[in-house]
Amino acid sequence: MTEPLLRVRDLRTYFVTERGAGTARAVDGVSFDIFPGETLGIVGESGCGKTVTSLSILRLIPEPPGHIRPGSFIEFEGRNLLTLAPKELRAIRGNKIAMIFQEPMTSLNPVFSVGDQIAEAAIVHQGLSRKAARARASEMLKLVGIPDPEERVDHYPHQLSGGMRQRVMIAMALVCHPQLLIADEPTTALDVTIQAQILELLDRLQAELGMAVMLITHDLGVVAGTVDRVVVMYAGQVVEAAPTKGLFARPAHPYTEGLMAAVPRLDAPRARLHAIPGQVPAATAWPAGCRFHPRCPFAWEKCRVEEPPLFDTGVPGHAARCWLVTEPARRTAKA
Amino acid sequence: MSAPPPLVEVTNLVKHYPGERGLFGLGPPRGVIRAVDGVSFTIGAGETLGLVGESGCGKSTVGRTILRLVEPTAGQVGFDGRDVFALTGPELRGLRRKMQIVFQDPYSSLNPRMTVRQTLREPLQIHRLASGDDANRRVSALLEEVGLDAAFADSYPHELSGGQRQRVGIARALSVEPAFLVCDEPVSALDVSVQAQVLNLLADLREKRRLTYLFIAHDLAVVKHVADRVAVMYLGKIVELAPAPVLYDAPRHPYTRSLLSAVPVPNPTAQRQRIVLQGDVPSPANPPPGCPFHPRCPHPKKSERCRSEVPALREVAPRQLAACHYAELPM
Repeated sequence: MTEPLLRVRDLRTYFVTERGAGTARAVDGVSFDIFPGETLGIVGESGCGKTVTSLSILRLIPEPPGHIRPGSFIEFEGRNLLTLAPKELRAIRGNKIAMIFQEPMTSLNPVFSVGDQIAEAAIVHQGLSRKAARARASEMLKLVGIPDPEERVDHYPHQLSGGMRQRVMIAMALVCHPQLLIADEPTTALDVTIQAQILELLDRLQAELGMAVMLITHDLGVVAGTVDRVVVMYAGQVVEAAPTKGLFARPAHPYTEGLMAAVPRLDAPRARLHAIPGQVPAATAWPAGCRFHPRCPFAWEKCRVEEPPLFDTGVPGHAARCWLVTEPARRTAKA
Repeated sequence: MSAPPPLVEVTNLVKHYPGERGLFGLGPPRGVIRAVDGVSFTIGAGETLGLVGESGCGKSTVGRTILRLVEPTAGQVGFDGRDVFALTGPELRGLRRKMQIVFQDPYSSLNPRMTVRQTLREPLQIHRLASGDDANRRVSALLEEVGLDAAFADSYPHELSGGQRQRVGIARALSVEPAFLVCDEPVSALDVSVQAQVLNLLADLREKRRLTYLFIAHDLAVVKHVADRVAVMYLGKIVELAPAPVLYDAPRHPYTRSLLSAVPVPNPTAQRQRIVLQGDVPSPANPPPGCPFHPRCPHPKKSERCRSEVPALREVAPRQLAACHYAELPM
């Protein structure tokens, strides 16, 4: 079997909250692998820890108030990213692992031309001359489908539409041909027709450049159409991990199941939506036992007191953090 | 039997904003931004009309102009037989009691310095509907109706989650017992699991209070779940208007078709033909001549006519209106 490109083990990223209200355990023991060339989707609602996970990989967590707990481990090319010296880390960040963010307007610098911003990484990481880097920048703009790249290279972010800005972000991220692209909600701020363009672009670039993509999203539709494997997060933990088809065909965790039933669908007749009762708990006070138990229709005594581990469901590559895996009869009894 | 007269009747509504000013904002405005450019529709009593489109298409401006939160440039809006744009002073205030709005962002539409009770009591006082203990009883009843514990009355907005705030926003709109609600992206700031709760709440309230909704949203799947009829806007104009089942099953305008095909469906085995539109939405300050959609239109029959002649919104099938010269031809 191929070796994973990135191996995350027992990642714990905590934040000290204001006014000493406690410690927010935003990411609380997360483990997963990303293999070369694959697309992994990280799915979950606000506050589940998906963005903090991605920021932790690149060590972009502001310290304080945040800190990654000892014992956490993120392996890339045989080295633990969490213990690298700043200089070694900089050689990886933006070079071998790149990231794009949700808000292209706030992640681009308004006072530099887009060409300068794309060229920067090529100058820093690959030692290109200014002239060569500029040529590379317009090449990249062409690659991401921006018309008139030679002219656009001198434009500033405010002169571009939202979709164009996201293309520029992608060009910046890919200028050094990274092995892993972390895309955090790359299409959430975009309209649906522009979202379709960007997803198609990411798909094409991945095939052309052979990189792995970690796609963070709250949108199950985007996941279904784009990724090979899915990790579902809830309350700072991985609650389910599976190949995409298997996850949608047979979700094993009641949260995943509830999420799928809550989405209004274009491909189904109008019906009352299934709502998950309650709301995501606060990261300073995760419920005891299974963190989903207060909202779970199947919860019983054991769920309230004992935290379930991530069980193998018996289907290859499909795991779920739920006691139902060990007592499937309880699911059918309820249904 | 004839249909009941519509509750809301919008005729040729136009809203233009002055264009950008030169000389660091001191010069004269350059041209106009055609945010809403001749929109007509009706909403029957008890009906939900979905108004969909991408950012900048003018859908929110339509909603706000109907309520006169924004003054129109031209056109007419009738509400229950009265001319909304002709009313002033106390008459207008009286009408506003009947027409309310739920905003997208429950974070910025609630006053952070007012408790939930103060927020809900204010409209009761302005419209002289209740005061004192009576007002407090109404606050508790409203909270209960939107699924919140009466104990939330003394909370401030920052103490509530997004879903709870949106319930307060709905309670505020309902406090004056309106007949008509403009819901402007009421669930787009909410997470999926909470979004479903709020959509179900809006459906229950409509049933219970016999409300009429103008439901404005960019999410076509959400609109499918709430709307009886759907209007699709593009660059300030309605390009298609039809009963929801018709619009979703057999869209006729190439823009509607593209929009529907672009919505990701949570089914990895779905076989769908996706139409990926090229380019961006043009600026409403400088809309293309002829059909506003022609520069991005994927219709194989697109012709010179589309570039020069604005297509009228016409009936292309029973109860289905589309503004396309070639709406009857397959794509």
